[in-house]
Amino acid sequence: MLYDIFIDPFVQMYEMPDFFLQVLWEGFVAGILYALIALGFVLIFKASGVFNFAQGIMVVFAGLTLVGLHENGVPAYVALLLTIGVMGVLAYGVERVVMRPLVNQPDIILLMATIGLTYFLIGFGEFVFGGEPKQMITEELGLPTGSTAFEFGERGLVILQHIDIAAAVIAVIMVASLGIFFNKTRIGRALRAVADDHQAALSVGISLNQIWAIVWFAAGLVALATGIMWGARSDVSFALEIVAFKALPVLILGGFTSIPGAIVGGLIIGFGEKIGELYWGGLVGGGIESWLAYIIALIFLLFRPQGLFGERIIERI
Amino acid sequence: MNALVSEKELEPAGSSEPVAREELLRVDNVSLSFGGVKAITDISFDILKGEIRAIIGPNGAGKTSMLNVINGFYHPQHGTITWQGKVRRKMKPYEAASQGIARTFQNVALFKGMTTLDNIMSGRSLKMNKNFFWQLMWRGPAEREEIEHRKKVEDIIDFLEIQAIRKTPVGRLPYGLQKRVELGRALAMEPDLLLLDEPMAGMNLEEKEDMSRFILDVNQEFGTTIALIEHDMGVVMDLSDRVVVLDYGKKIADGAPEEVQANQNVIDAYLGVSH
Repeated sequence: MLYDIFIDPFVQMYEMPDFFLQVLWEGFVAGILYALIALGFVLIFKASGVFNFAQGIMVVFAGLTLVGLHENGVPAYVALLLTIGVMGVLAYGVERVVMRPLVNQPDIILLMATIGLTYFLIGFGEFVFGGEPKQMITEELGLPTGSTAFEFGERGLVILQHIDIAAAVIAVIMVASLGIFFNKTRIGRALRAVADDHQAALSVGISLNQIWAIVWFAAGLVALATGIMWGARSDVSFALEIVAFKALPVLILGGFTSIPGAIVGGLIIGFGEKIGELYWGGLVGGGIESWLAYIIALIFLLFRPQGLFGERIIERI
Repeated sequence: MNALVSEKELEPAGSSEPVAREELLRVDNVSLSFGGVKAITDISFDILKGEIRAIIGPNGAGKTSMLNVINGFYHPQHGTITWQGKVRRKMKPYEAASQGIARTFQNVALFKGMTTLDNIMSGRSLKMNKNFFWQLMWRGPAEREEIEHRKKVEDIIDFLEIQAIRKTPVGRLPYGLQKRVELGRALAMEPDLLLLDEPMAGMNLEEKEDMSRFILDVNQEFGTTIALIEHDMGVVMDLSDRVVVLDYGKKIADGAPEEVQANQNVIDAYLGVSH
């Protein structure tokens, strides 16, 4: 038993390095996708202190809109632009109808409001696009679909899906630009100001309404990117909404307010999950992938309650 | 004779005629209530351009509510506010800010996670208007704009003598310095009217002296009109040109510091004569 836990997995890693590499790659890609979802949560949490329960459904909604438009004869790129427009309208609508009337309400009220929004989007999405899973229009959008196999060692083989590479590249670009945006620009500073203190932000002339609309729009764009990438690997269906909650352990690891944290947290969960499943999962009959992430996050919480990169909790008494 | 001398001292060198000060803000018959609680009842007063106007009164007199009315946090049920000659309708705080009203808060409201520099930069939000696209690029116009405003902010930092804490997150600063940073943020807005809500609360004597000096300098060097709420009577009498006194949401006196000090109603309010 002890041999199975502490020695055998490492022997396997050593004996079949190509398989291990493949596992690492799978973990990396899963991590990137988790990170993208987590990023959407972080954006809204940073600017309004609201945990946006609806981020998952926004991913589905964005994906469905894109595919749905294309199915109705709209060319792929036009559909993409239109979907961006739809996310903009959604952001404006959420700010107008949900956020604005609830300014200064306790966070829990806002959380409830986003749960309400989730069910609204589920119902609305099913009404407009139907409930069946749809195929993502990967090729039409010009995303690569093939795969490349690398020889590794004497008889080893590592296979990289091109779409996964594209996902990684897009994620890196999005994170870098969001990072610069948040830290180096006036609007980014305004976002951080709003996150910190609503009243003070108002008093220096920052409009909460405008900032919230921008943040929800940014979260909508992230949701769209996630929807495309995730949809390309599986299908676009309402089941994706559940997968989005994999972002929770990522957020606990990375901290709710940190963009780099979302990335690193995503990667830790992605790697941990795949490696755990393939090397240790067999010991308990497999299927640990679905809950291992939460265990990792819980253990982590014991040592760093604010997450890896979260803002240090400083309380003056 | 004495009066004449002090009159002369107030005036800028070289001018002999007293400057006729025009009205910057006027509050007419403002009443504000929360449900059945009357915070402010029928208050009228004015603030002249270039003066330091103090609003004083015992705790719960409605002073902070009055500031909140002026900068748009509260909307009074009755009465009007005339700002620079125009009667203001219901207005949002960020609109008040964009029209030149800056403020500080009783219980310091800084962006605690951000550095001193970023806090003060945030005061420049309204002055920076390169569009979203350039902001995203952070190149060209947006970058130049950032640098230009950064210079202004550095001037303010020099003025307030807080160079040393420029990059410190303000949450870690002692209270007195936080108050100073908050003043800096308000100054960065280059306001026409600066509202200070108890700028010296919780400060020791030395810090109070520093803050008084900054307030006077702001008023005299930049010509900024200031309305301040303060409990320290010594400070109020030294700093302010005119004082309005509130008690239980009503105005009970208005005038020069010495007049107000001698007013029987004011003495009663502070000593707690039963109503």
